[in-house]
Amino acid sequence: MIEELLQSSPGWANFGIFFLLGAVLLLIVLGFVTYGILAERKVMGYMQLRHGPNQVGGKWGLLQTVADVLKLLLKEDIIPKAADRPLFIIAPVIAFAPSFMVLATMPFTDKFQFADIGVGLLYYIAVSGLTTFGMLLGGWASNNKYALLGGMRAAAQMISYEIPLVMSVLGVILLTGSLNLNEIVAKQEHGWFILLQPIGFIVFFIASIAELNRTPFDLPESENELVAGYHVEYSGFRWAFFMLAEYVYLFAMSALITVVFLGGWLPPLAILGFIPGAVWFALKFSVVVFVYIWLRSTFPRFRADRLMEFGWKVLLPVALANIFLTALIKSLFF
Amino acid sequence: MELLNVYQNNYLIVFVFLCLGVLLPVVALYLGKLLRPHVPSDAKYTTYESGIEPFHDSRVQFNVRYYIFALMFVIFDVETVFLYPWAVAYDKLGIFALVEMLIFVIMLLIGLVYAWKKKVLRWI
Repeated sequence: MIEELLQSSPGWANFGIFFLLGAVLLLIVLGFVTYGILAERKVMGYMQLRHGPNQVGGKWGLLQTVADVLKLLLKEDIIPKAADRPLFIIAPVIAFAPSFMVLATMPFTDKFQFADIGVGLLYYIAVSGLTTFGMLLGGWASNNKYALLGGMRAAAQMISYEIPLVMSVLGVILLTGSLNLNEIVAKQEHGWFILLQPIGFIVFFIASIAELNRTPFDLPESENELVAGYHVEYSGFRWAFFMLAEYVYLFAMSALITVVFLGGWLPPLAILGFIPGAVWFALKFSVVVFVYIWLRSTFPRFRADRLMEFGWKVLLPVALANIFLTALIKSLFF
Repeated sequence: MELLNVYQNNYLIVFVFLCLGVLLPVVALYLGKLLRPHVPSDAKYTTYESGIEPFHDSRVQFNVRYYIFALMFVIFDVETVFLYPWAVAYDKLGIFALVEMLIFVIMLLIGLVYAWKKKVLRWI
């Protein structure tokens, strides 16, 4: 049925059907964010020898995030007088929209995916870069010193770590010969790229933490020096959209790592093929999310100067070396 | 014809995701407007500055290093524009293109080393 739909000529009917299906994915992602935040708080709680949320919604605090969102919805919306009003209003939208857009090309399983475009990986990287504008605009429009510094830092950090991020996947592209995410998964049938591209994976993972603005690289919103970074002046639901963008990116980045390095929906061994691909994807995806949370509760925050120097002096040369190492190995042994 | 349709439909999906990504904040903020209180007062609308009265404009002069890093970013981002097609077509291009690409990357690396020696990469 979907095949026929894709082959029919595009029109308003197609637009409507895609819109409904996309809305379903949006609900799934919002569900993930709701329970991803809860999981993060619970896991960090147990890692720090405390309970985490356990009041709202029974012993596990299952309704904690729902209550938080309702609170944010009912909070008064304050736009400071000195702020640049149109930019202030538009910034959360610019920050959020790309975070959902990148999911359009993500193949969750061989059946459950939306757009199957030839340049899927490039699309992800290009679109995810747009969020920087939202953060920078938010920081600048607030007309607040902390917010401006936070926004500038966010932009500097994101562009500095985008280079190693982009370079480190080149090894995978060399081995696959395609930017299509489906073909990248199909190529991993006899060995995941995490095994063939260990250096590329490590660089990608470190750079992705910086792109997600998570600890140990959460300089743009370090509470003890910048209060909250680029969203100091935001309150209520506008603030919620910055946070939502961050967690949707966590979803998207974990899915991308699963697809590019961990073999997507493919089982680790051919014998285990009777378990459906969706289960494998969910398992690998959960492991990646857990590792992000784990790192957050393990590492202290980097210093701003160390962060920039690490990106340019260590990650970039290593990523470049990895490209040529891969190319050499490929032309010698494959 | 069918291939063209599949192609167009795939980009239609991307457009649908853009619409959804913009619509969700707009709709949610509009709904919030109907629910949330609105009790304005002058104190609420001042800019936050750790409890003191904000003084002069906050669009201060910022560190020039941000600008230099942005320039470096442009150079290396353009480099990736060349690296991506090369990586995709590597099977057909072979060793010759590898050597050419190596020369190209080394030229850019000399720039990076120069910046490094000039202490541009040091963040003070």
